[in-house]
Amino acid sequence: MDWIVPFILTVITASTPLLLAATGELITEKSGVLNLGVEGMMLIGAIAGFAITASTGSATLGIMAAALAGMATSLVFAFLTLTLMANQVATGLALTIFGVGISALVGSGFVGFAIDPLPALNIPVIRDIPVIGPILFGQDFLVYFSIFMVLASGWFLTRTRAGLILKAVGDSHDSAHAIGYNVIRIRYMATLFGGAMSGLGGAYLSLAYTPMWAENMTAGRGWIALALVVFATWRPGRLLGGAYMFGCISVLQLHAQSAGINVPSQFMSMLPYLATVVVLVIISSDYTKIRLNAPACIGKAFRPAQ
Amino acid sequence: MKARFMKRTAAALAAVGALALGMGAAQAADPLKVGFVYVGPVGDFGYSYQHDQGRKAVEEKFGDKVKTTFVESVPEGADAERVIRQLAQTGNDLIFTTSFGFMNPTIKVAKQFPNVKFEHATGYKRADNVATYAARFYEGRYVAGVIAGKMTKSNIIGYVGSFPIPEVVRGINSFMRGAWSVNPDVKVKIVWVNSWYDPGKEGDAAKALIDQGADIMVQHTDSPAPLQVAENRGIKGFGQASDMIKFAPKAQMTAIVDHWDKYYIDRVQAVMDGTWKSEDTWDGLKEGMVHMAPFTNMPDDVAALAKETEDKIASGDIKIFAGPIYDQAGELRVKEGEVAPDEMLLGMDWYIKGIDAELPK
Repeated sequence: MDWIVPFILTVITASTPLLLAATGELITEKSGVLNLGVEGMMLIGAIAGFAITASTGSATLGIMAAALAGMATSLVFAFLTLTLMANQVATGLALTIFGVGISALVGSGFVGFAIDPLPALNIPVIRDIPVIGPILFGQDFLVYFSIFMVLASGWFLTRTRAGLILKAVGDSHDSAHAIGYNVIRIRYMATLFGGAMSGLGGAYLSLAYTPMWAENMTAGRGWIALALVVFATWRPGRLLGGAYMFGCISVLQLHAQSAGINVPSQFMSMLPYLATVVVLVIISSDYTKIRLNAPACIGKAFRPAQ
Repeated sequence: MKARFMKRTAAALAAVGALALGMGAAQAADPLKVGFVYVGPVGDFGYSYQHDQGRKAVEEKFGDKVKTTFVESVPEGADAERVIRQLAQTGNDLIFTTSFGFMNPTIKVAKQFPNVKFEHATGYKRADNVATYAARFYEGRYVAGVIAGKMTKSNIIGYVGSFPIPEVVRGINSFMRGAWSVNPDVKVKIVWVNSWYDPGKEGDAAKALIDQGADIMVQHTDSPAPLQVAENRGIKGFGQASDMIKFAPKAQMTAIVDHWDKYYIDRVQAVMDGTWKSEDTWDGLKEGMVHMAPFTNMPDDVAALAKETEDKIASGDIKIFAGPIYDQAGELRVKEGEVAPDEMLLGMDWYIKGIDAELPK
């Protein structure tokens, strides 16, 4: 059973980028904005983080650059959809295509660079406890940050006034507006938060997961993150479980192969989406269930009444 | 109406005339246009990078007499045909398509452009204007196998494969024959990632293999990710297609490096001289199309053995696929005293006896 610990370690690294991006998207969607540009924002974050780390040698600066780059990309989205009232679905898709292109353009000068992977925060003594030591105390900063953020988001949405306002804006922008909240400003902030988290998810790929830059290196993880938000029915707790489950599926397939069990890899890469469809069917079979969690105003443009 | 029609016809005739003149001039002075299609980015520091080094060597050698174009990151599929046709339409005289999956698109486009010459790497379909070429990478894999057999402690080799095509299967067979020649207890675990270039997935595959006890990492995919994982996990491995030492200074023991410069220069020269023919070229360590990166991160005696193996393959003293060779089902494929013919190697879709894995179909 000595493969269990390394297996869990691999699952953690495979799940972290999904968790980071999905947490951001969850908050964005809770405010009533559907940003389908996660994949593009992740790629932009990945190249920004990698470029800054490779040029300055500082992973801290790289991580900050990734968050800022993701935020800047989402600002474009927010301006188009919230200020200019463009269609959110179309703009989000365009953002993904834009992200793929611009990251490849910027990244062409950084292909083939080697950097040191993000260091693990090896906490002395407790790091050496067998089994739980390496799993709980031997990770890099972004892993802890991703778990902290999803828990903090849960607390924010249910236990703080600001969180309740955010949900109100997502559920009924007209009512929120009527009682005096600035719907557009709140949605801007939620969208920027989503962008920053997607950027970090991308940076995790290019700084820690495979410390290099490769064109299109997210390879569809942005879409999985989007599916994950629906899969988790917009609940941070389920999001955490879902991210680790999706990560587990992708790693399990490779383990099964090297253990000599033949599972078609195409089938396994289909599973996260299949699971999402199943959840969608379940929640939409009962109208009250979807009403409880899905933001009612998701994807709808808000025009303040004159 | 009629006047306009006349005008148009005249213009068209003039254009055709100009074109004919232009073509005449092209033969006299214009540079030979050579196109390259790569499956990965030129910056992959692996397979496509090496092809691009060959292209640069052509430019350097012929200067103004050639004009090269390349298209990188071309997916193996419908897009490939479009890209190849585009290159043929834009006046390239010689087009190199450098990945196995470009075979059918190359043949298809070649039929429509009988005056354009095509060269397809690692495939087996030829036509009057389609030549094939490949390097005997498997010779390098045998050398790597010998090193791995000496260096492994767990006796488990982790092998990251791209697609179960003959080239890759042959590489696995050759590697294991090398490993078994020095250590009969070696076992191999193989993970297919169904991609030539997906760093994330390649890296995960490498991690899975290490988690299951592999202490030597071999890859037949094009990114340095598996080797990087080996470096981080403190095990050893081999570079693929290109010297990847800068990604893994402590892990890379050697790399199987493709060296296309000479071949590309020769073929361009042949087109210029009018001596180009459709043929099949399959060169290896002897001709220098494959060579081994410096042997590092291993004791001197292993490095000496590796060098000796390399020399013996080049001189022909070691015949990698010399009989008797049995396949997994126990069927005798190559008889005692015989050597597997190239046709068998090119179509190799079976594992040799002793490999404990099932080949995906």
